[in-house]
Amino acid sequence: MENEPFVPGLAGKGGHLIALEEVLDALKLQAGVLDMDAFRGQWRVVVDSSQLHATLKRLKEAWQFDMLVDITCVDYLQYQHATDRFGMVYLLACTERNQRLAIRVLLNEPNLVLPTVTDLWAGADWMEREVWDMFGIRFEGHSDLRRILMPEAFAAHPLRKDYPRQGRGERHNFPVVTRDQS
Amino acid sequence: MPLTLLSGQFSQANEREYLWSLNFGPQHPATHTTLRLLLTLDGERVVDAVPDIGYLHSGFEKIGEHLDFNQYVTVTDRMNYVSPMANNVAWHHAVEQLLGIDVPPRCKYLRVIVSELAMIGDHLVAAGAMGLDVGAFTFFLYGFYQREKIYDIFESLCGARFTNSYTRVGGLSQDITPLTIEKIRDFIKGFPAVLRDMENLLTRNRVFIDRTQGVGVLTRDEAINRSVTGPIARASGVTRDLRKDEPYLAYGDLDFKICCSEAGDCYARYLVRMHEMRESLKIVTQAIENLPAGPVNVDGAQRTGLPDKHQVYQTIEGTIEHFELLMSNRGLAAPCDEVYAAVEAPNGELGFYIVGDGTDVAYRARCRPPSFVHFAIFPHLIRGHQISDVVAVLGSLNIIAAELDR
Amino acid sequence: MALELPDNVVVTKLDALASWCRKNSLWPMPFATACCGIELMGTGASRHDLARFGAEAMRFSPRQSDLMVVAGRVVMKMLPVLQRIWLQMNEPKWCISMGACASTGGVFDTYAVVQGIDRFMPVDMYVPGCPPRPEQLLQAIIDLQDKIQQGGTLAGREFARAQRSRVLVDLSASGPCGPDERAN
Repeated sequence: MENEPFVPGLAGKGGHLIALEEVLDALKLQAGVLDMDAFRGQWRVVVDSSQLHATLKRLKEAWQFDMLVDITCVDYLQYQHATDRFGMVYLLACTERNQRLAIRVLLNEPNLVLPTVTDLWAGADWMEREVWDMFGIRFEGHSDLRRILMPEAFAAHPLRKDYPRQGRGERHNFPVVTRDQS
Repeated sequence: MPLTLLSGQFSQANEREYLWSLNFGPQHPATHTTLRLLLTLDGERVVDAVPDIGYLHSGFEKIGEHLDFNQYVTVTDRMNYVSPMANNVAWHHAVEQLLGIDVPPRCKYLRVIVSELAMIGDHLVAAGAMGLDVGAFTFFLYGFYQREKIYDIFESLCGARFTNSYTRVGGLSQDITPLTIEKIRDFIKGFPAVLRDMENLLTRNRVFIDRTQGVGVLTRDEAINRSVTGPIARASGVTRDLRKDEPYLAYGDLDFKICCSEAGDCYARYLVRMHEMRESLKIVTQAIENLPAGPVNVDGAQRTGLPDKHQVYQTIEGTIEHFELLMSNRGLAAPCDEVYAAVEAPNGELGFYIVGDGTDVAYRARCRPPSFVHFAIFPHLIRGHQISDVVAVLGSLNIIAAELDR
Repeated sequence: MALELPDNVVVTKLDALASWCRKNSLWPMPFATACCGIELMGTGASRHDLARFGAEAMRFSPRQSDLMVVAGRVVMKMLPVLQRIWLQMNEPKWCISMGACASTGGVFDTYAVVQGIDRFMPVDMYVPGCPPRPEQLLQAIIDLQDKIQQGGTLAGREFARAQRSRVLVDLSASGPCGPDERAN
């Protein structure tokens, strides 16, 4: 990058602008890609959980999706016509070509385990911890998978749909400090 | 939990005995909000830092599954409470993306104006608090006084000085008035001089430079790899700014520059913020002078935006329309699909991932908080620096706990 | 016995004098967690100027302050911290619960947010608003000053040290979501 002028979106050797469609066409041939569709101009690719890491690695290394924007999860427990319990979402962005792509993985109990992507993006560390804390999905290979937002002793995963909004009384479970005690 | 030490430096157990640990926060004057750090120190040198967050986790995303698209905007106010307007815009930008609504041009311009004013207000506090932390109190007071002026503008715009809840699905709660336009013009006139004063106070201040230059350096590759966005990424040489890269609202029509630096240290982040305020002011000036005429809400026939308050109170059609839109079974119906939309908030990319399920309540309202991502890089930035640099780095990252923990 | 006093001499009770001194030199301990903290900063900053009421000396050390301003929501993980800081403050001490969240939980009726700090610790003054305007906080401080003046020191708990059994609250015994006790 030192000597050649910076041209956004050039993929080095070929020297042409890689359209998102090219990436999608290539992805179609990739093993483990189950489905892809677009909504409001945003492409989503559904990947089998066993091929997740390989797909993300390929997207990062071969197609320059260098930024992991977010990792999140959706609990489809009460969603109409839903067939799977959890949907993991990996939002990727290519900072050079300015493209976005969402990778989705569907998960069902009891196999709530995914490979970690902290080896690809260091930024995934806390995002995966948050998903573990809120949804109870484990990430294999994560070096420090602790709860991040809730207290360590908390028992439930609060963003699951079967957990009530007002909790199960944990918020009332504290000793009372009175005037005399101070 | 095992602490990961600097590679190879403290490999033997007996060498680690003189390391001591310091608890920093969650109630500490320099953290501003509720952050906690567990520092491992070698004398005054920070060997490692383990952030512990969640001291303000209040279940924002759970509430988002219970409040409808118009109600939830009040909760987004309390997310990044230094710039609530930017959160309002971000939330309804994502909701409108899900519903497929294109807001009228006047609304777009007004949203740009309030976002940029929020950007100025946020950067004033961020730079001011950073100055405060390294000992420049006057600088902070200058900044806060200008912030009060922005509060005044917002107050005459929407009635609340601080938690604004200004946007609605398909529009705004109310149109701008000539009085507010006058106030914004006054602000535009007066602010550059104050900004110059502020820069004179700090930008070439020897003490400030010594405490911030070369401290907490983040390289470009690291910034991208760790998902860093906003002024922090731009201070590291990432030329990513959603206002330019994915021009939403009216940003495509406006002329402004992206402020970048290559140094990546605390001082560079301060400089980027100071320059961004100037660019934001430029955007506000252009937008206020070229404000298109017309309605601020989408046409009532689309049945997506709330009708004008005047109509609601004065006509029976307006009342019925308002009432129906707010009823749970006759109001907005989001498609059963998922969408991610982000805006360039003062702290970085603030996005919402919304799952619609046919009703007017989000099935899942995920917020992509910039502060969360930025605080995760803190241990990486502070390793090897002095303990007094902790506050300088924290100040330069501008961590807002309510957005960090949600 | 009629006592002739010059004009510049005031007779008062020692009790009232002590209260007068106390109320005009409140040292707040800002326990600012969320949005209200920004308004607390605004109250202390130049336009609203808390110094007019003698309460500008913000001290972040609980040992040095006598007025705790809880500004912002308090969540499960934070409550033990708040209680500990309250216990560390010396008598006489007062507590202002600033804003809807600290007083009742506000809009955050969720699993993590404590629904009003007064369930778990004493509160003297509640400030409504989400967040309250600086004027409201100033009014609360003025009202608290009245309360301090009326209260006096005779019933003051600070002198009742002998009777007071110094019960130390065991903050670690707080159920499944208690304080974070990870030994690092």
